[in-house]
Amino acid sequence: MREHLKTAFAFLRNTWRGLTSMRTALVLLFLLAMAALPGALIPQRSLNQTEVDKYFQEYPDLAPFLDKIGMFEVFSSVWFASIYVLLFISLIGCLLPRCWDHYKQWRSKPVRTPRNLGRLPHHAEKTFQDSSVDEAISAAKKRLRGWRMVEHEEADGARSISAERGYLREAGNLVFHFALVGLLIGLAGGKLYGYEGQVIVVADGSEFCNSGTYNYDSFRAGLSVDGTQLSPFCVKVDDFDIKYQPSGQVASYHVGMQYQSEEDLENNAWKPYVLQVNHPLRTAGDRVYLTGNGYAPQFTVTWPDGQKRTSLVQWQPMSPQTMLSQGATKFDQPGVTDEVQRRQSQMAITGLFAPTASYDGKILSSGYPDLLDPTAAIDVMRGDLGLDSGRGQSIFGVDQSMVEQGRLKRVARENVRIGEEIRLDDGTTVRFDGVERWANLQVSHDPFQTSVLVFAVLIIFGLGTSLIVKRRRIWVRAAPHPEPGETPAARTVVEVGGLARTDQAGYGEEFARIADDLLGADVDHSPQPRADAGTARERKS
Amino acid sequence: MPVNETLSNYSDMAYATSVVIYIAAMLLYFGEFALGRVATGTAAREAALVGSSNSSTVTTADSRDVVGHVPAKPKRPLAEKLGGMAVSMTVLGALVHFGSLLTRGLATDRVPWGNMYEFGSAICLAAVVAWLIVLFRQLRNSRREATPAQLRGLGGFLMLPVVVLLFLSGTVLYAQAAPLQPALQSYWIVIHVAAAIVSSGALLFAGTASVLYLLRSRYENNPLKMSKFGSRLPTSQALDRMAYRATVIIFPVWTFAIVAGAIWAEAAWGRFWGWDPKETCAFIAWIVYAAYLHARATAGWRGVRSAWINVLGLAVMIFNLFFVNLVVSGLHSYAGL
Ligand code: HEM
Repeated sequence: MREHLKTAFAFLRNTWRGLTSMRTALVLLFLLAMAALPGALIPQRSLNQTEVDKYFQEYPDLAPFLDKIGMFEVFSSVWFASIYVLLFISLIGCLLPRCWDHYKQWRSKPVRTPRNLGRLPHHAEKTFQDSSVDEAISAAKKRLRGWRMVEHEEADGARSISAERGYLREAGNLVFHFALVGLLIGLAGGKLYGYEGQVIVVADGSEFCNSGTYNYDSFRAGLSVDGTQLSPFCVKVDDFDIKYQPSGQVASYHVGMQYQSEEDLENNAWKPYVLQVNHPLRTAGDRVYLTGNGYAPQFTVTWPDGQKRTSLVQWQPMSPQTMLSQGATKFDQPGVTDEVQRRQSQMAITGLFAPTASYDGKILSSGYPDLLDPTAAIDVMRGDLGLDSGRGQSIFGVDQSMVEQGRLKRVARENVRIGEEIRLDDGTTVRFDGVERWANLQVSHDPFQTSVLVFAVLIIFGLGTSLIVKRRRIWVRAAPHPEPGETPAARTVVEVGGLARTDQAGYGEEFARIADDLLGADVDHSPQPRADAGTARERKS
Repeated sequence: MPVNETLSNYSDMAYATSVVIYIAAMLLYFGEFALGRVATGTAAREAALVGSSNSSTVTTADSRDVVGHVPAKPKRPLAEKLGGMAVSMTVLGALVHFGSLLTRGLATDRVPWGNMYEFGSAICLAAVVAWLIVLFRQLRNSRREATPAQLRGLGGFLMLPVVVLLFLSGTVLYAQAAPLQPALQSYWIVIHVAAAIVSSGALLFAGTASVLYLLRSRYENNPLKMSKFGSRLPTSQALDRMAYRATVIIFPVWTFAIVAGAIWAEAAWGRFWGWDPKETCAFIAWIVYAAYLHARATAGWRGVRSAWINVLGLAVMIFNLFFVNLVVSGLHSYAGL
């Protein structure tokens, strides 16, 4: 029984050692890099569902298999998570003992001066004719201010100093690795408590309030978000100014809007804001972004009995270059209460909208994204829109099955410009009143964003410190010369030795400067042509 | 803001000129490399350079030799002349190249790295400048790790990818000077893209040094292999150290570039990190370079293996520059492409 326990314990210990070894960290880093690669090469659901659908069409055999192993959601897949979790366990397992070691080193004194400084990779020596041991040592102490130093009394009247510097290197390295852990925790927090919603708001003074998920066109909730606790605020989009270059490229976007949050909500005050790309509105802990735009044509239908309905609905841009848009604006005839009759008199205006009409033969297309010659090519449909069928319906089109069943019929097809009117067989008129722009707004919430930023900054500083600071040692020994001098002043041999503890080159230059300062510039120090021949890497691996 | 056509034409002309000068520099470097004789006494010196790292004293005569003091000779040999000209041409090329970017920036009144063409061009300039810095630092340093001729041997191998990249940028990726699209109108383009350019350029140099390291260490393991080629390169230790130092200095900058990109993405795209293909690839490159630094501190991974990792890192960077920008569609978009 004890044997078993012992074996089990040994196994656990070896596993832990293996997991926290540098070699394992290396392998896991590679695995992580490889695991992330498909995320860059294969379309990802979280980024672009359309691309994923296209992939399924192009590779009908391969795609389902890839789907099964999570290739379309690499970054939320189990295997990706298992790699980074292992890496972070390894990291923490490696950090804790390193912290302890570093603490001990930091508390301990620099090591004693080696007997033979001549054997060190950096070495210099000079005999002074008129300087005592004490003078030499105090000069050295002055020069080495800022170094951690201890002094030793040695045999035969010699004294020496051992000095060490660069403890910050290891400290920076530890800060860096811990900040990685902190960053990961922040990311996880964002996944749990963040949310993101998209909504289209027409720029005619329409309003949007972040009061519930139902106000959004689409909403992505963090794992611990149920949609009941959204930060309360409202925005109103008044106007949308887009400037284009002659090439059709957008030069600038300016969304004129107003918003209210916190106490403004109670006293119904609005603050103005100009929303631009790269300049989100930040309010109530949320951010509001402009992520898209398009046109919303306005139509008025006048029935023969004089009743009127006006509707302004967003249409969907088909190409960002020309802003040719498609959509469907749907109407119920007012005053019709009978269900059967209602299903025969519903109307939809569908088709294309071109901000700058240009014709492919007779087919309307758009030559420029700005409103130079707004024209709509519309089909007026009458009958049953199928809105009561219980099936969800795109706001950008009509239910084609109603058309196929003949329950929704086309009653007119015409190109109309602003102000033009179409008269239908029964005397109903459809007028194209004008067009507004709409803005697609994204609302994002991530309470951990700031902490992620702080850790990212720590990562950079930790890294910089750990890569720039060099851990190095220097020893100075002053000893009375074996043959006393002729002058009354003492004759002293001063030796300097140096050792870099990390394999950063460059210590040689610093050593040479210090040696020059202590011994005078004429001294011949014996560095190798190869810098830092004997670096001591005392790191654990 | 309208584009100043005259300046933009000057910029194009300077670009073409700099490519021609770089090609000349490359040929001169290679000329020196090919003609450079395997100096007498190389074997002894090389033994001292490659040999045991325990020997702590080197005689003065030897270090003289290493430092490259050619014993007084009446005339500089042709190879050395070519090498000197190559370096001058590189400096000249870099100046003209800089002029090209400067006039492009002035013509459009913005930073000259708003599309792939300009970005590629700027990376090449960064690589050339990184190379010149290393070269001059080494030449100034009395504790130099290779002879000037050996050092310049690197030059041609650095100019080769630079010239190829510049040629591709100037033809396939060329874009007319134009203002920035709104998504790029942010001061973060100055910070983030500049950091990315400097890192990419320096890493291009580091990767080249690692490739040469791999070649040189083949020769050192078996001096019969590639003896002409190998003996003209700096020692593997010097190459390894150059690659490592360049990577170590630039890795925090690359980290900063990624973080700055995340900060920009937070303002532009609504999230600081979203695994966009470009972000993903930058992350992969970062991880590979972190692996390189770890490998250098892991027994059994130093030397050849870590050099391979550095080369892999460069491959990911290049893949990110070309494949991800051109083939994979992401949010990172450059005007005019
Ligand atoms: C999340 C994954 C990790 C990343 C991104 C990472 C990154 C880095 C980087 C960039 C360095 C370079 C700093 C330097 O050279 O001083 C470094 C150094 C180091 N890392 Fe990591 N690391 C990770 C995980 C680990 C793990 C799991 C261990 C322990 C097994 C570890 C141990 C070390 C050690 C000992 C050094 C110092 C090496 C040296 O002085 O060159 N790291 N790390």
